Amino acid sequence: MGFLHQAFVITVKDLRAELRTKEAVNSSFAFALVILLLFSFAFDSFEETTQQMAGGLLWIVFAFAGTLILNRSFARELPNDCLDALIAAPISGAALFLGKAVANFILVMAVELISLPVFGIFSNVHWTRQFPELMLVLVLGSWGMTIIGTIFSALTVNIRLREVMLPMLTYPILIPPLMGAMQLTSGLVAGTPIAPDTVVWLKVLIGFDVVYTAVSLFLVETVLVG
Amino acid sequence: MRDKILYGLGAFAILILINDIVHIMGLPDEVNQGAIFKIIFFHVPVAITALTAAAVALIASVLFLVTKNFVYDALAVAVTEVGLAFLAANLVTGSLWGRVIWGVYWAWDARLTSALVCWLLYAGYLMLRHAIEEPTQRATFAAVFSIFAFIDVPIVIFSIKWWRTQHPQPVFWGGGSFPSAWLPYFLWNLVAMLLIGTIFTMTRLRQEESQRELDYLRRLAHSM
Repeated sequence: MGFLHQAFVITVKDLRAELRTKEAVNSSFAFALVILLLFSFAFDSFEETTQQMAGGLLWIVFAFAGTLILNRSFARELPNDCLDALIAAPISGAALFLGKAVANFILVMAVELISLPVFGIFSNVHWTRQFPELMLVLVLGSWGMTIIGTIFSALTVNIRLREVMLPMLTYPILIPPLMGAMQLTSGLVAGTPIAPDTVVWLKVLIGFDVVYTAVSLFLVETVLVG
Repeated sequence: MRDKILYGLGAFAILILINDIVHIMGLPDEVNQGAIFKIIFFHVPVAITALTAAAVALIASVLFLVTKNFVYDALAVAVTEVGLAFLAANLVTGSLWGRVIWGVYWAWDARLTSALVCWLLYAGYLMLRHAIEEPTQRATFAAVFSIFAFIDVPIVIFSIKWWRTQHPQPVFWGGGSFPSAWLPYFLWNLVAMLLIGTIFTMTRLRQEESQRELDYLRRLAHSM
């Protein structure tokens, strides 16, 4: 079984487990809805300033809701010592990590894609005007969020205050890609395509994703096995 | 012996600082900024010391992961704590300067933000350490986290070029206007700050070593 096949098996296993209970996706989406509702009280959706910071609001929702999914990623394996069994399985830590990251990515993207139209309706934002570029930003930003969230989920799975520690550790590291995604998304939902002066943010997103994916794949064995 | 060297280095650092402060007070005020400009003599050396601490923490973390020698873990936590204190000093001196020149203590420009992000990152490192009981796991996870955090540091340095920013462009490199006659005070201050950082780190390192010895004795007493 090749590396990618191993990762694929883990991905399918995680997605199947999640689809049977739907606990992470449901709670994450419900949480996203609650935050969107709270934003509607904090910001008047018909004000021009709210339109300008639409991207920022959207990514705050994504970051909060995503954390709920990522928190479950390794914690789900704790009952019945499943995590020990996975580590003892004849696959590399990197394959296990990549499989879990891809599963998380799919779940995070699913919650984001459901939240996006709701956000558009609630905030009076016509987000479809630059659809392909918006999807690109969504994929790049979500992958960065997922990769950091998954490796830190492995890092914090066994420690006290896991639910608090994960966002405390991930958000500061995620600030560069989140800033980039917020900047780009704000422009894109307002209908302006990515211009030469904003393309640097795309580079930040791509660079972040590549660097941290590589570092995570390299270090995950150390995290899992010790 | 190590104590005496530390005391000696400490006395030397204090002498340098006193000498520098006396001289810097005698320097003329900057044309546009006035006396507050002189904060740069402390603001920048403190920042460089904090960055050096981050680099040492990275090296110690990598060495720990490679060798599994707990001395490197102790060094990593010692130097991270000291670096965090220096970065806090950097943020505070920067805020004071900003209050006088910009009129606000805090402007959300790229470099301020990045410095704060780095501070939070390394604070996260210490929080992660506190949350893990088992020493080997604590050292390993903390080392991995330190590597992740350090990768964010280049973003701090280059962010000033990526973003349009209110932070003054560096006056030392690339067409800066720092008078060369003032440079010795700046460099001596840098030496003093690095020395103080080293002394703090060594002191903290010894605390860690004592702690480890205590843990060992406690385990020994339990096993008897």
